[in-house]
Formats: sequence, structure tokens, C-alpha cells
Amino acid sequence: MGRGRGPGRWVARAIVTAYLVLLVAWPLWLVAQHTIADGLDGLRGIVDDPDVVHALRLTVVVAVVSVVLNTVFGVGISLLVVRYAFPGKRLLNALLDVPLSVSPIVVGLALVLVYGGRSGWFGPALESAGLQVIFSTPGIILATTFVALPLVIREVVPVLEEIGTEQEQAAQSLGATAAQTFRRITLPAIRWGVTYGVVLSLARSLGEFGAVKVVSGNVLGETRTATLVVEEKYLNFDQGGAYATAFLLALVAVACIVVVSIIRPKEGPR
Amino acid sequence: MSIEVTGVSKRFGDFVALQDVSVSIPSGQLTALLGPSGGGKSTLLRIIAGLEYADAGTVGIEGLDATALPARKRGVGFVFQHYAAFKHLTVRRNIAFGLEIRKRPKDEIRRRVDELLALVHLEQFAERLPAQLSGGQRQRMALARALAVEPKVLLLDEPFGALDAKVRKELREWLRRLHDEVHVTTVFVTHDQEEALEVADEIVVVNEGRVEQIGTPDQLYDEPANDFVMRFLGPVTQLGDLLVRPHDVALSPGADDPDAVAGRVARVVRVGFEVRVEVSTGEQVVLATLTRTEFLRLGVGVGATVSVRVVPGAPVVAVPGSVVRSGLEVPAR
Repeated sequence: MGRGRGPGRWVARAIVTAYLVLLVAWPLWLVAQHTIADGLDGLRGIVDDPDVVHALRLTVVVAVVSVVLNTVFGVGISLLVVRYAFPGKRLLNALLDVPLSVSPIVVGLALVLVYGGRSGWFGPALESAGLQVIFSTPGIILATTFVALPLVIREVVPVLEEIGTEQEQAAQSLGATAAQTFRRITLPAIRWGVTYGVVLSLARSLGEFGAVKVVSGNVLGETRTATLVVEEKYLNFDQGGAYATAFLLALVAVACIVVVSIIRPKEGPR
Repeated sequence: MSIEVTGVSKRFGDFVALQDVSVSIPSGQLTALLGPSGGGKSTLLRIIAGLEYADAGTVGIEGLDATALPARKRGVGFVFQHYAAFKHLTVRRNIAFGLEIRKRPKDEIRRRVDELLALVHLEQFAERLPAQLSGGQRQRMALARALAVEPKVLLLDEPFGALDAKVRKELREWLRRLHDEVHVTTVFVTHDQEEALEVADEIVVVNEGRVEQIGTPDQLYDEPANDFVMRFLGPVTQLGDLLVRPHDVALSPGADDPDAVAGRVARVVRVGFEVRVEVSTGEQVVLATLTRTEFLRLGVGVGATVSVRVVPGAPVVAVPGSVVRSGLEVPAR
């Protein structure tokens, strides 16, 4: 790499830039271009369509609920993994990466096997108790939460490891309870890890498709989420609607990441 | 007695950190836990603080059995080697932490923090973040933070270990003066014998999970209980089967002293005011440190024959595993 000098550095930069442009920036830009090519009619069209509005609202509700779940459990699991030694810790650690490595469609099928209303493990029992999971909102939330599970954990664990336990021990010796120590010391120390994890989870949750497609049943106006709308419209040759919806989804996700990288403080000397 | 440790043992897996340790630490004094790294002194301090729990034994603080109490109920102030500053809080908020936890009234907290800021000379840094302070300033902040809650005992774990030599020396003198002002029972861990000898009223020497000796700096230096304490507290040299301090070795010219061992001067090194003379007695090399004046009066150089003996009344310790013989029996050549 030319040790930071000479033409080698510029070649390396050009390659990386070209790679990212061809793979990420340009395709995303084209989606935006397609959306606004015919003015704002495409966007107006989907906003006026009650089914699309319902799908967008469902997506937001699902994303918010699963982000809340993943944040609470993610921070808890991170503390468990970093702060405590217990048998099976390595196994748990490996298990936490499963949602990232298994195809979402497999996740969806697996959830149907467990929670399916007719033949799943829990499904019939839950259904007789009045809670339908599969082909309903709880199932969509479950699938989305599963898929985005590791994102908060993978952001928080390294921060927890870096800050160590001394600040927490100092707080305890000064009289703080476990809850006070967490709220006043641990949480402020990991807040940027949590924030970044939340943003990544939110972006991932808004865009989940495969697992949701299997468990939702894709019922128009009821369990159809925004990503399913994109597919439906695309397959029905309504390219304008598909691109407009896709554009909205991408816009929110990109906006989240941009906002966070702007407000995130620069890594200062410690 | 302010801290009463009785029969404490602690293992980490296969590693025995402490083995049946009993120590009594008197009230109002500055006590050093001195020993080599990995000897168990930090573990002992953390057990007293409640940051670690003993496998066996009891810990009493000010007459109260604290063995099972969590750290936050023990009334101890703890200062860490790497400061453990709350990075997101200003110096003022760091110091106020324990008082805020105790829900003291705002103006009382303000007054108390101002007092402590003055005590540790950080008044003009009150609104800074820890990252904007030097190491020595951060450690003074940590000390003020620990003192804010008026602890029954103050525990410091290698408090100056992360600082450079000059700041370390300044801070330990400052700690001594602070202690003379505040008088809280203080225990600090160190592996630096000079630090312990200079600052402490009383020293507990800890090695390989056991207490080797407890005493004042004078007692430890003048009456070491065994060869470990002798070696750890300062330089030693061996004459026959005895360990002795090099400055307690006397040299005289010629080989005619019947009470001494004869030898040949092998090497002379002068370091400032001190002259280090290595004398080969045939079977061993004895190190003697003289002042420049003493050396000049001796009037010998490399190759000269000298008589070597221990200054009368100087502390000596037998090398373990040997039968103590007098210097006379060592064959003179």
C-alpha cells in the first residue's frame, strides 16, 4: 500500500471508491432518480393509496416494536456476555450470530413450525388463548426481531469490553446500587454503541422482507408490509409505485445512518 | 483496630491468591501493603473493599463484620490504579457522585465538593472532563471522590503506579501530608519499597499469598523476619551464609584482621556520592557500598587485598537452607 505515500495510495482509494459507487451509491441513486423522474406523481400515488399507507404504518409499528425489544434484550445480553462467566458462554456467543448467517426465509419457515396456528409447537395453544401469531402482526414482529437481533449486541459488546468494570466498581464503592450504577455510569458510557445499534436495527427492521413474507401471509391491507408492497407492485408492472415505495424505505434508512454519523462525537483521545 | 482480617483465603481457579491471611490494621494510620506483583496484596485490598469475596475467613471494619456486605454498604473509599474516572461527568460531578447517590441537599453537596476541590488543589478544574486532566490530577480527583462520602477507611490500589516517576514522588509526599490533615484510616497497595518506607506508618509485607512480616518501616528495615523481607526492602549482598546490606559491609586494607574474610578488590564503580566496591573472596563476590570519603580513606584500588566484615550490630539474615557459620570459618586466601 505504499506506506501512505506515492501513487499506490491513490490507486487504492480509487478502487475502493469505484467499488462502493458501483455496488451501493449508484444503484440507490437510480432508485431515487426513477422515483422523481416523472415528477412527484409516483410518491403522491402511493401516499394516496390507503393500502400502501396501511403497509407503511404497519412497517413502522413493527420496526419500532422490534427495535425496542432488541435494544432492551440486546443490552441485557451484552452485559451478560461481557460481565459474567458461565458454562455455555461460547455456545451462546455463537448462537447470537445465527440470525445474521441464516437466510431470513429459513427464519420465517422455522417460526411457522413453532408458532403456526394449526400444527406448530406453541401455535395451537396460543391460538386457543386468543393470540394469533403467524399471519398476524405478532408474527411479523417476531420475525423482524429475530433477524435484527445481533445488531445492538455487536455494537454494544466491544464498548462494554473497552470501558471495563472499574468505573462500575468505583460507583458501587461510592454507595450506588446495581440499578443506579447501570443508569448513571454504564448506560452513559455505552450510549453511542446503543444508539448505533438502534439505528442499524431500525434500518434492518424497516427493510426486512424474506422472513416477513413467510410469516405474514401478505394479506392486502392487513399484514402486507412496505417491502411486500414493493415486490407486489414490481411484479404487477407498477414500476413507478414500486420505486416510490422503495425510495421511501431507503430514504428513512439512509437518513438514520447519516444523522447518527453526524451527531456521533469524534473519537477523541482517552 | 480498624480493619480486622482473619484467616482469609482466596483462589482464582488453580491459582492461590491468598492463603489463610490474618492482618489487623490500626485506626487512623497510613498502612502499606507491600509485595511483588502477583503476591496477593491487591486481592487482599479488594476483599477488604468488598469488590472481591474471600473463599474463607472474615473481614471486620470498625468492629462490624463486613464479610458478606456488598461494597456499597461497607463505608470504604476506593482509589484505583487507573483512576476509574467517570468519563462523562465533570470533575465536580465525579466528586459529588457519592453524595448525589445519598440524596444530600444540593447546597450541602456544593459546599462539600468545593471543600474537597480545595483540598486536592483542583478548584480551577471543577468544570473540566477527566479527559482534560493529567494523570496526577485525575488521581487527585479520584481521591477527592472517595473522600467525599466520609469513608471509615480509605483504600488505594497502586494509586501512583500509572504515573511517571516525578509526579509519583510529588503525589506520595502530598498523600502523606493529606493523611496528616484528614486522619482517615488509609491502606495503600504498592510494589515500590521506597514508596512504602517513605510514606507508611506501618507496612504489611505480602508475598505468595501470605503475610511475611508486619511492622513499622524501621522494624522491617532493621529486623527483617526472613531473607525475603531483607531482599525486598533494599539491596543485599552475601557474605559467607549471611545476607547483609552492602552499606553494612566494612572494608579494611590488608588481610591481617582475624575476624574478617580476606578478599581481592575486583571492581570499583563510582555513582555520584557512592562508591560500589566488589570484593572477590574466592568463593563469592561481596558488594560493599562506601561513601566517596570512606573509599578515599581506605586507599585501595582494583587488585588490592582487603578484609571484609559486617559492621557490628547491622541486621543480617541467614541464607535459607544453610547452616550459619561465622565469617572466620570461610577459608581465607
